[in-house]
Amino acid sequence: MNIAFELNGKPVEAEVPARTTLADCIRHHLMQTGTHVGCEHGVCGACTVIVDGDAVRSCLMLAAQASGAKVTTVEGLTPAEGLSALQESFRKHHALQCGFCTPGFLTTAHALLTQEPNADKERIRHVLSGNLCRCTGYINIIEAVCDARSAYAKSDPESR
Amino acid sequence: MKLPNFEYLAPSSPAEVVALLAAHPGEAKIIAGGQSLLPTMAFRLAQPAYLVDLRNVEGMNRIVIDDSGVRLGARTRWRDIEDDARLATAHPLLKEAITHVAHYQVRNRGTVGGSLAHADPAAEMPCIAATCEAELTLLGPEGERRMKAADFFLGPLTTALSDDEMILEVRLPRWPAQRRWAFLEFARRPGDFALGGVALYYDLDAENRACNTHIGVVGACYYSKRLPIAESALDGKRVDAETARAVARAASEEADPTSDFHASAEYRKSLVGTLLERALVTAAQRTS
Repeated sequence: MNIAFELNGKPVEAEVPARTTLADCIRHHLMQTGTHVGCEHGVCGACTVIVDGDAVRSCLMLAAQASGAKVTTVEGLTPAEGLSALQESFRKHHALQCGFCTPGFLTTAHALLTQEPNADKERIRHVLSGNLCRCTGYINIIEAVCDARSAYAKSDPESR
Repeated sequence: MKLPNFEYLAPSSPAEVVALLAAHPGEAKIIAGGQSLLPTMAFRLAQPAYLVDLRNVEGMNRIVIDDSGVRLGARTRWRDIEDDARLATAHPLLKEAITHVAHYQVRNRGTVGGSLAHADPAAEMPCIAATCEAELTLLGPEGERRMKAADFFLGPLTTALSDDEMILEVRLPRWPAQRRWAFLEFARRPGDFALGGVALYYDLDAENRACNTHIGVVGACYYSKRLPIAESALDGKRVDAETARAVARAASEEADPTSDFHASAEYRKSLVGTLLERALVTAAQRTS
């Protein structure tokens, strides 16, 4: 079936079998491999993308269900040059080691801080509980997200 | 693993949804958020030949609060309940219970109707529906029918919903402002399925004694239902420490969990007692 949506600000189209998840559509048909697929049944959070502003698990959404939506992946968070404030914060706080889970953490944290720039540490810990990381022990990730909040307090999206 | 093959259909009205279900008896499943159905399919526990998506059906995600109570459209997401400030007074038990549903990303997709139709006894919404004597509105080829939650849940992952029926909405009866309540769960990590949980509410009569007690459990029952023996142990009593212990003991005995990889039935029964005793203390201390 033919699917059309907006990926990272650009209109895209794909011809996919009905059973294709949004994750596989993005990776295999649109060749944007920043989104990682871990468990394929909604427990690890690695494949998190942002659909119409909300963080969702792209392995638990059909590509067909994204028709007409605005989808943002980790590629869409990164400015043309350098890193976003959130990504810089991950580097500063050593919030990743192998990096497999990182796109999911970045998209989740970006959606959260965009909607709730004043999220407290407890809220951030609670939200990030939906993403698994087997390297870091989470502490540095939580520190990085907390530290990035100031960049989201401004309303200008260009500053992110 | 990858999903099995199916044909994808996205009609735009409830009548068309029901017609498609009737046209493919036993072979079609409704998908809304897909947060329970898609993992089930990934594990090949379900392989429907047709998926009928509700995404183009307008008006099924409304939260209506009126004299009859709270009406939740079947496609209402957990996130919509979280964001609706009116529910803090219109149905605080629902609002509190929903904070325990799954993780952030799942809450942005998962729906009330999906959870009720999936009927996992470890899920919060079926527990709230059963505990609060919710009424479901179902639509089939013959038209609408209404059904009490107590008649809807028949077993684990088993409901009275026919193959050619869909859930339109669920109504939770009106919530009096003075009502005492608590909802407690225990899970190893936030967002995981709870090892056990309890939902409790009761009203106070003129002599400050508990009446109209409703107790339900999460994850420690064969299917979502109330605990009438524990409820009658509280009705007519003043809620003090001694009563709380007695009611908790009754609930512990009455709960009928199964053992699994995560916890034994004995542990879950004990947990129900511990949580209910705490819930009774919380509810008694709560002032409206």
